[in-house]
Amino acid sequence: MTEKRLSRRRAIGIAGAGVAGVGIAGVTGAALRGAFDPPLSAGASPSDAVDFHGEHQAGITTEVPDRLHFVAFDVVTKDRARLVELLQDWTAAAARMTAGQDAGVIGAVNGSPEAPPDDTGEALSLPPSGLTLTVGFGPSLFRDADGRDRFGLAERRPAALADLPRFPGEALRPEISGGDLCVQACANDPQVAVHAIRNLARIGMGVVSVRWSQLGFGRTSSTSRDQATPRNLFGFKDGTANLKIEDTALLREQLWVQPGDGPEWMTGGAYLVTRKIRMIIETWDRTSLGEQEELVGRAKGSGAPLGQHDEFDPINLKATGPDDRPRITETAHVRLAHPDQNNGARLLRRGYNYVDGSDGLGRLDAGLFFIAYQRDPRRQFVPIQTQLARHDGLNEYLRHVSSGLFACPPGVREPGDFWGRALFD
Amino acid sequence: MRTTRFVALAAAGALAGIGLAGCGAKDDGSKDAAGGAIAVKATDTACEVGSTTVGAGTVVFNVTNSGAKVTEFYVYAAGDRVMGEVENVVPGISRELHVELPAGTYETACKPGMIGKGIRGALTVSGSSAPLTDNAALAAATDSYQRYVQSQTGALLDKTTEFVTAVKTGDVAGAKALFPVARTYWERIEPVAEIFGDLDPKIDGREEVLEEGMEFTGFHRLEKDLWTTGDISKDGPIADRLLSDVKEIVAKANAERLSPLNLANGAKELLDEVATGKITGEEDRYSHTDLWDFNANVEGSKAAIAALRPVLTERAPELVTSLDSGFATVDTTLGKHRAGDGWKLHTELSQADLKDLSDAINALAEPISKVAAVVAK
Repeated sequence: MTEKRLSRRRAIGIAGAGVAGVGIAGVTGAALRGAFDPPLSAGASPSDAVDFHGEHQAGITTEVPDRLHFVAFDVVTKDRARLVELLQDWTAAAARMTAGQDAGVIGAVNGSPEAPPDDTGEALSLPPSGLTLTVGFGPSLFRDADGRDRFGLAERRPAALADLPRFPGEALRPEISGGDLCVQACANDPQVAVHAIRNLARIGMGVVSVRWSQLGFGRTSSTSRDQATPRNLFGFKDGTANLKIEDTALLREQLWVQPGDGPEWMTGGAYLVTRKIRMIIETWDRTSLGEQEELVGRAKGSGAPLGQHDEFDPINLKATGPDDRPRITETAHVRLAHPDQNNGARLLRRGYNYVDGSDGLGRLDAGLFFIAYQRDPRRQFVPIQTQLARHDGLNEYLRHVSSGLFACPPGVREPGDFWGRALFD
Repeated sequence: MRTTRFVALAAAGALAGIGLAGCGAKDDGSKDAAGGAIAVKATDTACEVGSTTVGAGTVVFNVTNSGAKVTEFYVYAAGDRVMGEVENVVPGISRELHVELPAGTYETACKPGMIGKGIRGALTVSGSSAPLTDNAALAAATDSYQRYVQSQTGALLDKTTEFVTAVKTGDVAGAKALFPVARTYWERIEPVAEIFGDLDPKIDGREEVLEEGMEFTGFHRLEKDLWTTGDISKDGPIADRLLSDVKEIVAKANAERLSPLNLANGAKELLDEVATGKITGEEDRYSHTDLWDFNANVEGSKAAIAALRPVLTERAPELVTSLDSGFATVDTTLGKHRAGDGWKLHTELSQADLKDLSDAINALAEPISKVAAVVAK
């Protein structure tokens, strides 16, 4: 079999002579796992490729691009070997797509005219666009709702992947929560992110089934000091105090699973919590500027903590106003989420805004798709969210409608390695 | 037309009357190699086949149904490839099946109530047969599928006649019971019917697909009247038109020569039908009998793949394995929703049930979409 691996930029314009005998490529999956052309090293341009391989998965500390397509899958096969084979196929397709190549080894337009193409084609001629693909394993992969050890993995479930408690006030919809596996696709072009998820879902047919998915835009966090802090749909800068890639020591302490944390297959990985947080936009917009700023604890324009001048001035929880009351109130969002109030716990956030059309009542169906990576949710997300759920004044304008928890394994280190290999070894 | 490529012995020439349901099989005087018809005694619980070893060549089965349920009789090659069948053997009658069998092992099956795998028995055919060339294998596939289409169109004509009679005599309950049954034969060969673009909407068009100025006729018009108002007193002309349209399409379908690629694409299209129309409950929106259509589409897809099986086994054995397991998963998933001799109504299924069905269809449709390129090689 001829294996032509073309970058999408060059695929167009090649006379698409059908490659002989390609019709059954993909049947075995082995054909999906062709060799891999390393991409250009990640550059400064939004169209460049981000290296797929490395100690950690890309898409965690990578500078957050503007677009998200997040998907959670249920595993529908009972056959562990088929699941492993899928992870190998996915890894190969992810390596290719993040490098700007087609999902399959034949491509969107080079195959037999009688066969469906092994790439869906909507990213033809588009650059890599900073695409990252990040995989995670949910608690239900280890044991299902009935407590069954589905794939002989139950013993390997990390203690840190403990089911999240119920938080007061949440209104979770089970059909858009949870999942056995997740894939986060981030890119500077929404078409590239959607293309990646669509092709992974297709490769997975019969092994996994899409449980829910979410599109997002306008990153609400920065993960590098090089990036300006973006705004969420409340109109506030979000992610000012986020963990940053430059904080190497903090990342070891707060983000990456360290040797000895256990289980060993997670070393170099991180735990992901997703929350779809609907914002009650219309009532928020009728709220006075002063109250909005008080609820958040920052100035809406500059992003500076109340009582300070600049966005990156430290939050002073003790500062008082002329009336001797704290500038940052007891129920202000930034106070409740502050590390000083949570035993030093921090999160690496990389959430996105979402607008899912409207809800039929004349209101935008919009909000924040919150994404946070951390070393141990029991010591980070859970205590922080417990505080927020109980006391945050913003809760009047928020509804948590979906929740996800995933263990994201370490990076794929070299060709031949695959997503989650150490878990299945 | 009968295929004689299978057999090394001198062919008896093309035979008329292929055990078509509906017209009573003609005994055209051809002598089968086994020297006389094999009696098949079918009841609701048994399927006694008079002889389980025969010589290669034309074999004639005489099927008598002494049960209370309508039955069918099949001769299957490996992978449930239909070598021959008679449909719609109603209680109390006999039907003949003439089938050309090269040496090999087969299974016979009676299907009382026309459901499931049927009551199976082994059949050994001895003699010599030459290996097939590639092109002969493809030709054999289309011949085999052609026989399938003819058996379905015969039964479609029978059951549509019964359905139309019930409508015209004002028998609402009878018509309602016959509606999903008659459609079964239609849905199994839907891609063939769709070749005749002008007839398809008249017979099977849903109200919203009709163009301005077209009258709403056919199965779904009668379905709407039966299930919404229950008033079919003025539907005589609609019923007559349905029957004459079905007669016309049956004649055309039996005359149509299909290519192996038609079969491959038909197998995929039948699953597309399921994925887009039956899973959603759009097809039978008044009666909610979508699962009858769903099952029939899958059976039709299976028949097309079974006809191609020798070619696929030769060229892409791994693909055959994944198709077999895909069909098995669909059958198991759909089988949960049986109700008596038929199926649960679409409205009785939960969202989770429908998602499971959708997943099973997607898992099968992906490998099925690869069949055409294998056939075209």
